[in-house]
This record gives sequence, C-alpha cells and structure tokens, in this order.
Amino acid sequence: MKYLHNIGSYFIMIKDMFRRPTKWSVLKTLILKDIDDLIIGSLGIVAFIGFFVGGVVAIQTSLNISNPLIPKYLVGFATRQSIILEFAPTFISIIMAGKVGSFITSSIGTMRVTEQIDALEVMGINAINYLVFPKFIALTLYPFVISIAMFLGILGGLAACVYGGYGTLENYIEGVQNDFIPFHMAYAFIKTMVFAFILATIPSYYGYFMKGGALEVGKASTTSFVWTSVVIILLNFLLTSLLLG
Amino acid sequence: MIEVKDLHKSFGDAHILKGISTTFDKGKTNLIIGQSGSGKTVFLKCLLGLFEYEQGCISYDGKVFSNLSRNEKTELRSEIGMVFQGSALFDSMTIAENVMFPLRMFTKQSKSEMEDRVDFVLKRVNLDGAHHKMPSEASGGMQKRVAIARAIVNNPKYLFCDEPNSGLDPKTAIVIDNLIQEITDEYQMTTVINSHDMNSVMEIGEKIVFLKDGHKEWEGSKDTIFRTDNEAVTGFVYSSELFKKVRRMYIEENQ
Repeated sequence: MKYLHNIGSYFIMIKDMFRRPTKWSVLKTLILKDIDDLIIGSLGIVAFIGFFVGGVVAIQTSLNISNPLIPKYLVGFATRQSIILEFAPTFISIIMAGKVGSFITSSIGTMRVTEQIDALEVMGINAINYLVFPKFIALTLYPFVISIAMFLGILGGLAACVYGGYGTLENYIEGVQNDFIPFHMAYAFIKTMVFAFILATIPSYYGYFMKGGALEVGKASTTSFVWTSVVIILLNFLLTSLLLG
Repeated sequence: MIEVKDLHKSFGDAHILKGISTTFDKGKTNLIIGQSGSGKTVFLKCLLGLFEYEQGCISYDGKVFSNLSRNEKTELRSEIGMVFQGSALFDSMTIAENVMFPLRMFTKQSKSEMEDRVDFVLKRVNLDGAHHKMPSEASGGMQKRVAIARAIVNNPKYLFCDEPNSGLDPKTAIVIDNLIQEITDEYQMTTVINSHDMNSVMEIGEKIVFLKDGHKEWEGSKDTIFRTDNEAVTGFVYSSELFKKVRRMYIEENQ
C-alpha cells in the first residue's frame, strides 16, 4: 500500500509541476542557477569518468581478443558500441543519480526541514512548480552531458589503445567508423531524455515529501539514489526491448 | 479580523484540535499560548491553510477560507505575512533578495521601486546596511528581523508569527516583540503570534488565547491574565518563582 501511495503522490507531483507557473522573471533565474548546479557542475566528473572508462573498455576488449581471425579494428568498434549504447546513457545516469540526485533531494529536503517550503506555500506560491520545474528544464540539457561522455569515452579508448600499445590509431578509427547505425544514437538520446526526466523528478519527490530533521535528509538522499537507480535500470531494460528488441 | 468556529483537526487517531472557537481582532497583537503539545502550531498551520481540518470554519474578514477558489486562496495568501520559528529565510539569497522575494512574485513593480521598498522595510526593522549579507552570516535576532521585513514588505493585512522569540536572548526578544507591536499598530494588521514566552505575554498580549490539550481553556488579555483563577492558566503562566512574585505584587498593588 505504501508503494502505491508513493507512486500516486509522485504522479500528482508531476501534474502539479506544470500547474500555476512561477513568474518568468523569477523562473529564468532559477533555471540558470539549476543549469549551473546540475549540468555545468557535473561536466568535470562526467568527463573524468567518461575518458577513463572508455580507456578501460578498450584495454579489456583488446586483452580478451586472443583469436588472430578477429579483425584488429574490433577494439574501436566494441568501445564505440559499449560507450554509445550503454555506458554513456545508462552508466553515467546512475552516477548522476548519486551526484545530481542526492544534491536535489538534500537541497529540497533541507528547505522542507527549515520551513522554507512552508514559507513558499504560505505566500501562495506553487512550491512544486517553483522547485521542481526549473530542474526539469535544466536537465533537458542532459543530452549535452551525455554527448561529452560519448566523445570522451571514445577518445579515452583511443588514447589507451594507441599509447598503451594495444593497437594502431588507424585500426581504432576504422573500428569506430565501421558499421555505424545512426539509429543507435537516436536510441541513446531517447534513453537519455527519459533518464533526465527521472533524474529531475524522483529525487525532487523524495526531498519534497520528506518528514523529520537533518538525519532524515540523509536517509531521503540515500533512498532517492536507490529508487532513481532502480527506475533507470528498469526503464533501460524496457526501452531497449522496445527500441532495439 | 479572523474568526474561527469549532475547529477540529486530527492526525490518524490523534485528535489534536478539539473544537476551537475564537476571534483575532484587527490592529491587535493576538497571542496563542499553551504548553508544548497543546496544539498551538497545528492551530496556526490550520489558520494559514497549511493543514486541512476536518470540521469547523475559518474566515478572514468574512471570507470563509475553505469556500474560496484556488485563485481566491492565492490572492488571500498574498495578503498574509508569516514569520516562521526558524525564520525560514531562503539560504541561497541575500538578505535584500529575501525581502524582495514577495515583491518579485506578486507585484509588477520596477526594480528601482522594489529596491526602494526593500530599503524602507530594512530600515524599519533596523537592518539598514545588511542588504548584501547572506542569512547564514546574520545572527538569530537579525534573521528574525529579516523574516519580519519579508513578511511586511508587501503590506499584508494579516501577520502570523510562530514563536518569534525562540532562541533569542531576553533583550533581543523584547526588541522583536516591540517591533511586531509597532508594526501592527502602524499598519493596522491582524497579528497572530504563537508563543510560550511569558515576557511576550506581559509585553504585547492585547488578546491572549490559552490552549490546553487541543481546546481553548481561557481567553483574555495581558491585564486579565493577572487576575484569572483558572488553574491551568496560572499553573502555566506563573510556573517560575519570578512570575509568581510579580503576580503577588500586582494583586497587592491593585487591592
């Protein structure tokens, strides 16, 4: 029953997110601030993880190819496919559930604990629209983050492959260009947009509806990370079955 | 004027408010007092519309709150100022931005008009020059004054304060009490203060409602509270030796 109640409350929150919009002059500032916090603030960690995981994928692929009949360009091909199809959209989203998700839950949760949300409601402001909608708009730029992860992942694979002595630059580039299916990019960005919506709303839900004090803010952040990750994994399975199955 | 009739509120099986009826007059500082757990905060949150109640009626100058449409409620809320117990300042904004916030949300004033108004109210609460400080850089007393400035910046008709003196030293608490009373007189607002600070009761309690276990036990003013024989009230108000002595002296002087 508790799960059903939470799911119901979540969808009511989504509906309220689009009702009684905040004044544009105020909303604009909030959106820019959230872009800075959620998108620009995540670029460093995404770039770092993207580059090195790309390198690891290339090294692992190279080390596990022992059959001389397998073409050398497979390292580039496998790195590209892994990065574009799964690593960038899904793996980075799980990391973002930890970084951005906990930030959203704890910042909204702290506002709840310190009665700042009550202050908004007393003033007659739609607090859900004021707090959640700018995050949702800011995260529409999430595909930009994922594009960077894709680019740096493939670049990291190239660096590891060439400078680690696992293959030549020509072979790697040939692999990256080989058998490219444009729909795979569409699939990756459809997933990314869905995950962006999840990243904006589930952590906001756990922050907005939390009860208690500072300890509960920490617990809400953990719960929000767990459920955001679970929903991302489930939707990843569903979308992959629908779009590629 | 705010009128409350037979207000009932429960949380699950716990019946918190048990039929409270009272009125809060315009231009007066109305105090709700009572022990911790007596239902003061729940009562205040029902008045503000933050909690829905099962039974009863709350009307603001004749407008029944529960009968208002969503837009009418929003309009009414823009006439309400609230000072929260912990001040509830937006910690991502400077003091000036906090005070300007209701103006940005609800008025079409130009930036210079809003800045002039912010300057005026910050001067009114003796915070001139604190515009660019963050709330975390302000002391407890300053934060309370910023909260009062934010509450009155849009010229509200109703001012609510939830324990405005909690966590303040006695001297600062008196400054805050006097400020609330001056503002109430000046703007002729209906002010409702939730408090268990006895200094506030003696200083500014033009009307006092005493709650006990979710019902109204006693109603009066700072003058009549000295003479009441209600045991629950005297047990609460004169729990300290100092106040017992003050009461004895008051009665002796008036005999």
